[in-house]
Amino acid sequence: MRVLYTLLLLVLLTVPAGATEIKRVVSPGGIEAWLVEDHKNPIITVDVTFLGGGGLDPSGKEGRARLVAGTLDEGAGDLDSSAFQKALEDNAIKLSFSARTDSFSGSLSTLTNVSDEAFRLMRLALTQARFDAEPLSRMRSQIQASIRNRWRRPNSIASRTWWRAAFPDHPYGRPRDGSIESVGRVEAEDLRAFTKAVFARDRIYVSVVGDITAQRLAKVLDEVFGGLPKTAAGDPTSDRALASASELMVVKQPVPQSVVIFGHEGIRRDDPDWYAATVLMEIMAGGFGSRLTREIREKRGLTYGVYAYLLPLKHSSLIMGGVSTQNARVAESIRLVREVWRDFAETGPTDEEVADAKTYINGSFPIRFTNSSGIAGFLTAVQRHKLGIDYIDRRAGLIDGVSTQDLKRVARRLFKADRLSFVVVGDPEGLTPTREAPASGG
Amino acid sequence: MKLGSAFLIALFTAAIGLPALPEAKVFEPETFTLANGMQVVLVTDTRAPVVNHMVWYRVGSADEPTGKSGIAHFLEHLMFKGTKTLKPGEFSKIVARNGGQENAFTSQDYTGYYQTVARDRLEVVMRIEADRMANLQIIEREVIAERDVVLEERRSRVDNRASARLAEQVDAITYFAYPYRVPIIGWPDEVSRLTRDDALDFYRTWYAPNNAVLVVAGDISADALRPLAEKYYGAIPARAVPKRPRPAEPPHLTARRISLADPQVGQPSLGRRYLAPGYVHGETRHAYPLQVLSEILGGGTTSRLYRKLVVEDRIAISAGAWYGADGIGPQLFGFYLTPSQERSMAEGEAALDAEIVKILADGVTADEVARAKKRMLAEAVFVRDSVTAPARILGQAIVNGRTIADVEAWPDRVAEVTVAEVNDAARAVLILEHSVTSQLLRKGG
Repeated sequence: MRVLYTLLLLVLLTVPAGATEIKRVVSPGGIEAWLVEDHKNPIITVDVTFLGGGGLDPSGKEGRARLVAGTLDEGAGDLDSSAFQKALEDNAIKLSFSARTDSFSGSLSTLTNVSDEAFRLMRLALTQARFDAEPLSRMRSQIQASIRNRWRRPNSIASRTWWRAAFPDHPYGRPRDGSIESVGRVEAEDLRAFTKAVFARDRIYVSVVGDITAQRLAKVLDEVFGGLPKTAAGDPTSDRALASASELMVVKQPVPQSVVIFGHEGIRRDDPDWYAATVLMEIMAGGFGSRLTREIREKRGLTYGVYAYLLPLKHSSLIMGGVSTQNARVAESIRLVREVWRDFAETGPTDEEVADAKTYINGSFPIRFTNSSGIAGFLTAVQRHKLGIDYIDRRAGLIDGVSTQDLKRVARRLFKADRLSFVVVGDPEGLTPTREAPASGG
Repeated sequence: MKLGSAFLIALFTAAIGLPALPEAKVFEPETFTLANGMQVVLVTDTRAPVVNHMVWYRVGSADEPTGKSGIAHFLEHLMFKGTKTLKPGEFSKIVARNGGQENAFTSQDYTGYYQTVARDRLEVVMRIEADRMANLQIIEREVIAERDVVLEERRSRVDNRASARLAEQVDAITYFAYPYRVPIIGWPDEVSRLTRDDALDFYRTWYAPNNAVLVVAGDISADALRPLAEKYYGAIPARAVPKRPRPAEPPHLTARRISLADPQVGQPSLGRRYLAPGYVHGETRHAYPLQVLSEILGGGTTSRLYRKLVVEDRIAISAGAWYGADGIGPQLFGFYLTPSQERSMAEGEAALDAEIVKILADGVTADEVARAKKRMLAEAVFVRDSVTAPARILGQAIVNGRTIADVEAWPDRVAEVTVAEVNDAARAVLILEHSVTSQLLRKGG
């Protein structure tokens, strides 16, 4: 009876993002963007993403991409730092950049009446950044301060230690924002080398949402991005398997609660089993009633938050998770993570869990279309993963199409309790490490 | 990370650097009141076929009985633990099964619950939200486990973090009598002794329809909403709700200083806060000028503090100001500063003090006021680009004693602010005897 009921819901809930119509716009100069036109508010939002990020930082200069992100809006073209910032703030133009491991993004949000100026400033930042000594030194100090600020926090130590152990001689094993020393070594010429290696038209994804027509956007695309070189240097980084599995590492810290990070191999975004894995992760860790939360939080009160997620990076795919529990009981939380993992792999999900997870995944899909940056981020992800402009209409079918048989098979493939490596930061009781934690510094 | 933010609370709304949500004129909400006194507010937004459904209660941690700190927040957790007809956890299951996302929050002045769902699921969440307004039922076993969850939440948010431990102590000495001195999550010893009866007492005292506001934002009309609101919330009888126990804050006659040194701290930092009026507390005429003052002093990289202390003099790595006008009790106007590596905390504080002295002596310029207002008015447009922000802003304003007209008039009020009003407000608030200065320090080199 219950299964029938939820199946019925499924059908009703597969209406996707309603009025959201995605247009593919190609400029005369050949630059492509995806556009959701919406003239309700006089706001234009642009997301531009390039492939290539902190993973390209040279050894010893970790944090370079992050520093680029901090300094692009600190002076470009004829405008020095203070003139550039004043032009942004006096027009209430929001322009910011961010670096991830495998990508680098710019985000622009502007009122329509000053959008010409906004596009001009974005173009200058991307093509004529100055990297003057004063702002560079100021940004360096700010990033070093934020590193100092986090360096000795349990979550930061746990994360650095886990990644260092998993990728001892790969960029993924280095702290993404760099260390105080490595950031101190980054000079203006290094920042220029990054923009040369990454800001090119053969690796750009542009998404635009809001108060702009396709005709105007086509012109704007050439204005803003037409000056970028056609191609850039390739990514010399190689794919890498995890170097560390089945380990338990402890970093002693004088805090009342142990912070735990765990993980093992995951699944690539282009793997045919991706959608099965998505449904499984919802059942495993999708909030209240999910397996991890039920066993560790709801039944036993061992934690405020336990989580797990798929992390398909360019050069390695992972499942990561975490939990935080008072020192005296953290061993129990770790034991339960392993048990839940093992049990799920062996028995797979129940029919009710599958029906509920599919309903949730498809039913909650339109929620991400309630603000411009959410829509723009989605458009960029679909472009990057080459899912097709009709993905928004196909996604529900992809989720629904996963069979119980698939799910049982993929659960066995995906969840390997014995492969999980744990890092614990705190003063845990009753845990015996299997190896020493690697130094998590520099 | 859904759970990391589930129950995410405005726990540290007064913490450094968290700006208040900006407000805008053109939400153009509709409103009506049910026969039992429950106000309903609607913001129609048809961008996506989605609605955001929120119920706000006029009760928060500042209304807790002495010795029961944390009960408002603990009750918020227990509201997910069942009713006469729903089993523990079933509430969340129903929301998820209908493709919805949910959350709840406890602040000093209010407690809120919300779900975001496809528009044709609104009735489902309305039915169960109304159900738990009237029919909460919790069993002892759930209470014990959830209390452990809250204690773990406290460890994650506060006990494990030096900066949060300091923030909690700063709040405790900022107010002599006013209950904002008590942490929302509660003192650990008191939380560990909270009981099922404590939670139910608090629930029965405060959770009544006439003490709640329903805010719905999204793809629905007032004609469609009204019958649903009447059917589910209108059916709950009104009850007498007591006056909120808010003592007056006695005069502050001396500046206070506090510091915390911890091996976890890598980067020392400084905070300074002054008691201030708000929209509904104290000299309310200063509320809008103080927002402009905060923008001039500390809003962004062209602000006075950033330009002078960070860019020109390089005394600080970061510096700024903040102000919140929304609460029903004494509000705060604050500053934060991170000294440069080469400069001491004392030098940083002296430089901040010099800027404060300058503003008091010379005031702000007409150009500064004009630029600040322009940026603030733009925010009133940006904030419309969301289904959730308008609902949050309106809900918070109304439960804290303001009206829809007040919120809609925000751009007008900001536009009217004059140089003289900003200077008056600065002189009324930036009085050292009314301040607390806090330092987060490195321990052991």
